[in-house]
Amino acid sequence: MAEISTSPHAGPARWLVVAVPYVWLLLFFVAPFLIILKISLSDTAIAMPPYTPLLDGFGGIGDFLSQLDFENYAFLTEDPLYIQSYLSSLRMAFISTVLLLLIGYPMALAMARAPTRWRPTLVMMVILPFWTSFLIRVYAWIGILKPEGLLTVLLQAIGLMGPEEQVQIYRTDTAVFIGIVYSYLPFMVLPLYAALEKMDGTLLEAANDLGCPPLKAFWRITFPLSLPGVIAGAMICFIPITGEFVIPDLLGGAETLMIGKTLWTEFFGNRDWPLASAVAVLLLLVLVVPIMIFQNQQQKVG
Amino acid sequence: MAKTLGPVKRKFAPWTDPNAVPFIRFENITKRYGDFTAVSNLNLDIYEREFFSLLGPSGCGKTTLMRMLAGFEEPTEGRILLQGHDISGVPPHRRPTNMMFQSYALFPHMSVEKNIAFGLEQDNLSKGEIAARVQEMLKLVKLEDFAKRKPGQLSGGQRQRVALARSLAKRPKVLLLDEPLGALDRKLREETQFELMDIQHTLGLTFLIVTHDQEEAMTVSDRIAVMDKGVIVQVDTPAEIYEAPNSRYVADFIGDINIMEGGIVSKSAEPGQAPVVTLDCDGLPVTVEQECAATTGDRVAFAIRPEKVRITLDQPENTASNAAYGEVWDIGYLGDFSVFLVSLADGRIIRAAQANVSRLVDRPITFGDMVWLTWPKDAGLVLTR
Repeated sequence: MAEISTSPHAGPARWLVVAVPYVWLLLFFVAPFLIILKISLSDTAIAMPPYTPLLDGFGGIGDFLSQLDFENYAFLTEDPLYIQSYLSSLRMAFISTVLLLLIGYPMALAMARAPTRWRPTLVMMVILPFWTSFLIRVYAWIGILKPEGLLTVLLQAIGLMGPEEQVQIYRTDTAVFIGIVYSYLPFMVLPLYAALEKMDGTLLEAANDLGCPPLKAFWRITFPLSLPGVIAGAMICFIPITGEFVIPDLLGGAETLMIGKTLWTEFFGNRDWPLASAVAVLLLLVLVVPIMIFQNQQQKVG
Repeated sequence: MAKTLGPVKRKFAPWTDPNAVPFIRFENITKRYGDFTAVSNLNLDIYEREFFSLLGPSGCGKTTLMRMLAGFEEPTEGRILLQGHDISGVPPHRRPTNMMFQSYALFPHMSVEKNIAFGLEQDNLSKGEIAARVQEMLKLVKLEDFAKRKPGQLSGGQRQRVALARSLAKRPKVLLLDEPLGALDRKLREETQFELMDIQHTLGLTFLIVTHDQEEAMTVSDRIAVMDKGVIVQVDTPAEIYEAPNSRYVADFIGDINIMEGGIVSKSAEPGQAPVVTLDCDGLPVTVEQECAATTGDRVAFAIRPEKVRITLDQPENTASNAAYGEVWDIGYLGDFSVFLVSLADGRIIRAAQANVSRLVDRPITFGDMVWLTWPKDAGLVLTR
């Protein structure tokens, strides 16, 4: 049989289209990652930049390589602060993701079951907060949660709180959870909504017709069929929450331990770039498993 | 091997028995959606073990009527009785009816056997009982080899069978079929129609089918209700619907028919002889043997099926009545039948069908021939509605 060309446009233009995302990834992911990886293997120094060795010319490449070592990684296992930070981050991310699911699922379900003409408006309302800067919205929560903030004023006004009392949420883990759940909710709701909205309503009628009451039909039909959305939403939230820095920094207290904050402290506070880089590389490794679950699920759906 | 036939089908006509108790009764049912009336003050009795069709064009209210029986919609007025009990307000999952959906509505995340077992699991049957019933159903629809497959891995015909098996698994008192064969191709549809009849007869269940396909309704049903704009126009056996439609609407909807408007010239009813109605269809004299409620001078319609019109090149003996002369304007060759469109002098078209009983490529009658159309007095009928 004659060879059949797979594409009518096979040629330079096609290669350009394929190359663009790879060039992007190379420039803005692979290259920075290699730089970080290299710094993580270096030693800290009082210099500019604050680490050694530096590669000057290819003559000293053997000498350069011999100075690289894994002592920063070894240090991460010695000081319990880092392991605790990682575990605490994973715990915070897990609890936040569960909370997001518990709040996001009913929202997405209500949106998907709303009359067709309302749905674009409801989706719009979920996306609306993106029109304001993320940072400003987190700052707004400080205004609400701080002891003399809006929440205290409200609770005092409706008499649930005496004039001398104040809410003690700001600078606690609770404030961090509130901030995270608020900020990430659209990322949870949208994939869930996408999964639920395309579900065929007659499936539930069929389940009812076969003797299955509505609540049970939800667990046997709706929920299993929305699982791709659940996994997508959970991973899209879990992965960035683990490395979240801004929210714990602005809303969390001294006892809030998250790896993003630890990394920041190493980098800017202690000016230990090599150790901070090691923390970053390890964070990526920690997240490899959830990222793979997400990728796998996306491929199955696609 | 010869196909084993089920029990011999005996004449079944409980609706003719005045003492028979209807199995399902729609009583003064009205369903409105806002300003739109989908079903209007409808009364209908369906008997046990009946294969009953609701036939009509889309939007005539047939699906709404079925969904009210399944419990997905509540009637605005009136009530539905099942074995004498009012089932208004009973939610769908507590009704002894099962439905086969037009889209099949198979659960995509469950295998064929899980789909079939779904309804049985709701009844808290033992695992063994469920497995046995699932096997029985798979055998009934000839899908034993496909038990572990997901619906996505089946063909359209196989999915249709799974949907049927799932809706039959619980042995519902009434099986509701919503356009069940619509998505199948013609050959498969015909086969499946006969299988449906077999299954219905073997299991002894009551089937209510909604369809817009008149051939399908004619083939499978004991009785057909022809619906139009939310009301039932006629309920009868397929033969009665076809041979004795009660209105222009039913006559036109079922099969092919010539309808000519006309007026009653005279009526005679001599003792010992069949009553005869004489019509004048705008210059064409017609006599029909029929009881007729209309009186002399009334405008009525004369209707006759094409296969009951004889077409000849030679002039018949009697041309005073029930005879028309015209030119063959078009011929439709259908294989088993040829349909001749004959244009009369005044431009009216009468269709005549002739069975192609001999193997001829060139028919004796062809385009442009002048032909005579004749029909006996008992072939046509007078429609007053």
